[in-house]
Amino acid sequence: MLRTNDVITFGWQAIKGYRARTLLMLLAMSIGVASVLMLTSLGEGARQYVRGEFASLGTNLVIVIPGRSETAGAGLGTMTGVTPRDLTLADAKALTRNPNVVHTAPLNVGAAEVSWQSRKREVTVMGSNSDLLKIRHWTLARGKFLPNTDWDRATPVCVIGSKIRDEIFGAHNAMGQWIRLGQNRYRVIGILASEGRSIGIDVGEVVIIPVASAQSLFNVPSLFRIFIEVKSRAAIPKVIKFTQDTIRARHQGEEDVTVITQDAVLATFDRILGALTYAVGGIAAISLVVAGILIMNVMLVAVSQRTAEIGLLKALGASTREIILLILVEALLLSSIGGVIGLIIGQLGSWGIRVALPDLQAYPPTWAVVTSFLVAITTGALFSLLPARKASKLDPVIALSKR
Amino acid sequence: MAMIKLENIHRNFQVGDQVVHALDDINIDIQQGEYVSIMGPSGSGKSTLLNLIGLLDHPSSGAYYLNDRNVTELNELEEAQARNKNIGFVFQSFHLVPRLTAAQNIELPLVFAGIAPDIRNKKVEKALAGLSLTDRAQHKPEQLSGGQRQRVAIARATITEPSVLLADEPTGNLDQKSGHDVMKTLEDLNKRGITLIMVTHDVVLADRSPRSIKMIDGRIESDITDQTSHATHE
Repeated sequence: MLRTNDVITFGWQAIKGYRARTLLMLLAMSIGVASVLMLTSLGEGARQYVRGEFASLGTNLVIVIPGRSETAGAGLGTMTGVTPRDLTLADAKALTRNPNVVHTAPLNVGAAEVSWQSRKREVTVMGSNSDLLKIRHWTLARGKFLPNTDWDRATPVCVIGSKIRDEIFGAHNAMGQWIRLGQNRYRVIGILASEGRSIGIDVGEVVIIPVASAQSLFNVPSLFRIFIEVKSRAAIPKVIKFTQDTIRARHQGEEDVTVITQDAVLATFDRILGALTYAVGGIAAISLVVAGILIMNVMLVAVSQRTAEIGLLKALGASTREIILLILVEALLLSSIGGVIGLIIGQLGSWGIRVALPDLQAYPPTWAVVTSFLVAITTGALFSLLPARKASKLDPVIALSKR
Repeated sequence: MAMIKLENIHRNFQVGDQVVHALDDINIDIQQGEYVSIMGPSGSGKSTLLNLIGLLDHPSSGAYYLNDRNVTELNELEEAQARNKNIGFVFQSFHLVPRLTAAQNIELPLVFAGIAPDIRNKKVEKALAGLSLTDRAQHKPEQLSGGQRQRVAIARATITEPSVLLADEPTGNLDQKSGHDVMKTLEDLNKRGITLIMVTHDVVLADRSPRSIKMIDGRIESDITDQTSHATHE
């Protein structure tokens, strides 16, 4: 019987002996593996990117929305015709009384006309408090944010978005100017630097005033949202419970608010992008299978080119099983070398993606690295079974008669 | 008891709707250490006979005893082992593995026998030295002359010390000088006890052997043992 070492040596000699064939098969295998790695690293990078973007919006955020989104059946509300209670500033204040709550920002949103001298513009007005800046991770271009005073105090100050500043004040200095919103006047104490959208509102086109000022401006006692930033991720469920309990206690046993977390939204995105990565990886895996089929074809050609050799090996005393073993080990060696080269190319490619797109943390996930390598080896072995069986069945007389 | 004993051997091939009798009722006894040449025109069945003796082909009917063992009943694995242990092949076109060196080619039968590398190396070294090929050990077949290639093939065929050496037109692809060298090598081996069976259509070569079997149309036309023939060519 053949020794293991000799089988490997024989395969290695065959790989070295047929350069063109070896090169072709290594190319096919390595491209297959490398494409799996690079595509999954792109998917993974996109997932991490979205995660990061959400984190910049404020992590560990709990949002309280008035009204219930669930159908509770014939509850007390439906029986008595009582509509959900408003979310009030007092409710928001009650929610601060928990050690896990870091920041709490009540929010009122409305539209109003802003004017300064002869210029007018329709803007979105947000009524909130000093915590909003921290919760939303905004930055200021100039001045200060809303003062940290009693929430009930309707101080006549405002912070404006960068676009408002450009359109209303133009070349003039906006700081310290009094602008008019509806019937009231507010002094500009800060200008936001941040751009982009936040909870569906263009940050550049917003005017932020104290929440009490907004309530009097729009003449509403209720709040649109309450943002709560929680100390840690682990404390989120506790805070949700605390929020529901507090609101129920304050609303005569009626839990008429919806509490959502940023986490829930993030998890949805995470799932979508994770599925996308798997899908892309699956598509790339097809290229691996194609590489396997190529290996089969090349091995079939190799077998027919080497009929004389296989016939000779039989004449020298190789059994059918030994011939199969030799061809199989040769294919396994080839596909694992191809796999390793593919892993190297794939890692280099992912590095290239990271250099080209620094925002994307494009590292191939471990499952992709492991599976692509295993798939490469198994397809290599599987698809060379057919040529190996063909080789082993060769009639040595006919094989040797080729001169 | 003869070392090789063929009894009523038939070998039929199906060609289209015709059955060709490549071997038609062959009966031969060959003793240990004999030197036999098999002659005949092409298509006379001499190569088929050689392949059959070499366990590469199977008879359609009849019995073949090799060292008193009915080898027509062996399974595939036993057959491979019997080939490895008992039979050496020398082909007209050498059949060296092109990617392997002379030494690696000679080593192959020992590899299939599962012999340890250090023992293999010693045997290969000895075989190379015996055929004055030591300085060619690391050469690939393409770097060797025809005569050297055939001597490498002979070294490979004899490395497992088989009892029978089968040569199919061993000088067919060689010039006269190399052909003579190869014949000398084969006959030297025969003198040292190996049974040499050679297929040829060259009358001069066939005359060198003490025993000459002539075949026509799958039948033995004549089987002559001439005690003087070998001596005349010494």
